Amino acid sequence: MIVPGAPPLLEVRGLTATVAGTAILKGIDLSVRAGEVHAIMGPNGSGKSTFAKVLAGHPAYAVTGGEVRYRAENLLALAPEARARAGVFLAFQYPIEVPGVANSQFLRLAYNTLRTSRGEEELDPLEFDDFVREKLELVGMDPAFLERSVNEGFSGGEKKRNEILQMAILEPKLAILDETDSGLDIDALREVSAGVNKLSNRDNAIVLVTHYQRLLDHIEPDYVHVMEGGQIIKSGDKGLALELETRGYDWVRAEYEARRAA
Amino acid sequence: MSTVLQNLVNQPYKHGFVTEIEADVAPRGLSEDIIRLISSKKNEPQWLLDFRLDAYRRWLSMRPPTWPNVSYPPIDFQDIIYYSAPKSKKKLASMDEVDPELLRTFEKLGVPMNERAALAGVAVDVIFDSVSVATTYKQKLAEVGIVFCSISEAVRDHAELVRQYLGSVVPPGDNFYAALNSAVFTDGSFCYIPKGVKCPMDLSTYFRINTQDSGQFERTLIVAEDGASVSYLEGCTAPKFDTNQLHAAVVELVAHERADIKYSTVQNWYAGDENGKGGIFNFVTKRGLARGAHSKISWTQVETGSAITWKYPSCVLLGDHSIGEFYSVALTNHRQQADTGTKMVHVGRNTRSTIVSKGISAGHSNNSYRGLVKIGPRAEGARNYSQCDSMLIGAECGANTFPYIDVQNASARVEHEASTSKIGEDQLFYFASRGIGAEEAVSMIINGFCKEVFRQLPMEFAVEATKLLSLKLEGSVG
Repeated sequence: MIVPGAPPLLEVRGLTATVAGTAILKGIDLSVRAGEVHAIMGPNGSGKSTFAKVLAGHPAYAVTGGEVRYRAENLLALAPEARARAGVFLAFQYPIEVPGVANSQFLRLAYNTLRTSRGEEELDPLEFDDFVREKLELVGMDPAFLERSVNEGFSGGEKKRNEILQMAILEPKLAILDETDSGLDIDALREVSAGVNKLSNRDNAIVLVTHYQRLLDHIEPDYVHVMEGGQIIKSGDKGLALELETRGYDWVRAEYEARRAA
Repeated sequence: MSTVLQNLVNQPYKHGFVTEIEADVAPRGLSEDIIRLISSKKNEPQWLLDFRLDAYRRWLSMRPPTWPNVSYPPIDFQDIIYYSAPKSKKKLASMDEVDPELLRTFEKLGVPMNERAALAGVAVDVIFDSVSVATTYKQKLAEVGIVFCSISEAVRDHAELVRQYLGSVVPPGDNFYAALNSAVFTDGSFCYIPKGVKCPMDLSTYFRINTQDSGQFERTLIVAEDGASVSYLEGCTAPKFDTNQLHAAVVELVAHERADIKYSTVQNWYAGDENGKGGIFNFVTKRGLARGAHSKISWTQVETGSAITWKYPSCVLLGDHSIGEFYSVALTNHRQQADTGTKMVHVGRNTRSTIVSKGISAGHSNNSYRGLVKIGPRAEGARNYSQCDSMLIGAECGANTFPYIDVQNASARVEHEASTSKIGEDQLFYFASRGIGAEEAVSMIINGFCKEVFRQLPMEFAVEATKLLSLKLEGSVG
């Protein structure tokens, strides 16, 4: 929701980044205020996922220019774990498997690390169990998930659901969901989206990175951005997503080039 | 590889101090005279001297094995000290009389001796260089008929038992290093569990090499009579020297009918520095004979130290329905090399064996699993399950698996599974994006990877092993 007078949460100005020497992001500008839901769309290879990873601090990407301010601080100066503790969350497109480590153990470590960084007491396993069960209901997950190894042998849908469970536990200020809809069937998409909607409030913001309009049927964006060649070439409201669905990306590109030529 | 990861895997060794203690040291080198000297220092009977000399003569005609996947310059066996003992004025009657400097050493190492032994409920035999220093809890064990003492004492007080079993599982001519050990072994532990007795506590030996250029050649012999059971723990450390020390031990286990021997090792010998200078050459022969029907031998090892590890704790499953197990975690870092695994030799009917091996390689190290599963012609219904998993940390290390399977009975069932995984940037980034730093992430990943093996360790040891792996790979060194 657009909250009049809400403070800016994320300010991205002229952000450029490379991976292994190749420029991927070529000057991104984006402003996100608390309460808002943004969708970043665009064809394969446009830099959407790279943008998500750069915000979270993936070490494989080198930022070569521009700035990112998060709650008025320089986000790029923080290590990835410090960004997470400050409230930036990335839901992975391909969540990592950790054999032998129980999901509950992993979630508790993540949550307690966050609590410790805020000067709060850690939760013991029993307290955490009570806490996590409420969160499980929120995303419609079976408690049996807690005993399984982190993401190991999970179906695509289960992995994505597990990401949203982590979001529910960590309650980030800025959640970036990288293709959370990919690999989900229609029922799973509906449930995962319902979980995200429940977590969305006037104090946090969500950035959805997606290929498809169908996710936006369930999570309604306030703004839609089209990324192409490492830049945001058009922004609009949710109507833009519907237009992309019917007309594709070519017209946006043509419009952008015409603008540039002029 | 990210620098975070590199820093994590480059932590100093904390047991690398030398204890200033007066030692009784034999001249360098090996000859029949040196063997006679060792034997006379230990007041040994003639049969044992003959055993040693026989082994020595066999050894002279043998060559060090070249098939392991490790490389090192030739060892000059004439430049090694074969006997080094802390000097003490008289025979020690109790722990209170042990040199305080020595006790402080073991305190630093965290060995549960004295009061701590009582609290921990662990009976400890401590081997310092070549000599057994103290055996705690001996009295209490004697009440149920268990003999737990140094092998030197056993030679003196239980000569017939030692004579009967010494070399019965690992014959003196078994291999180059076993022959060397048989010729010059200086001390070690002896443990005898009589018929039907369940050992009421875990037995433990702590090995420490202190003298530079001394070799450690201990010999452990454990015999469990019909229906007996025992859990035995072994820990090892050594100071940091920039030369290599040789550790060539022999461990023999004998399990009679329905007996059960569980042998656990947490090995943390000095591994050399990050350039591969110094460190222990750990060339060890460990073998258990599941001699009686329904007997069981179980090896669990956590190998984290040594410059080079060459070690294959094995089971010979002679008795029908006997069981052999091997659970191993081998971690190599820097320039460490490990070629380790097991042999499961199925002789009796319906024998079963399980192998779970977890290799972790970091730095420029090289980690090989080598295992033999042999099913003999009489081993009707034999079964083996093997699982060998490797984990790589960074891009400069290597992991290999060499499984040998030899099946001579058509009714046997042998399964082998293997996997290789990697802790890389993406895995650490996943943890980081949840607020978890690299150290904790590596620790959690490694402990998850090793869980099946750690589960086999006695509680106290499992905690130690977990901490040890963390220390080896993380920054929290005290």
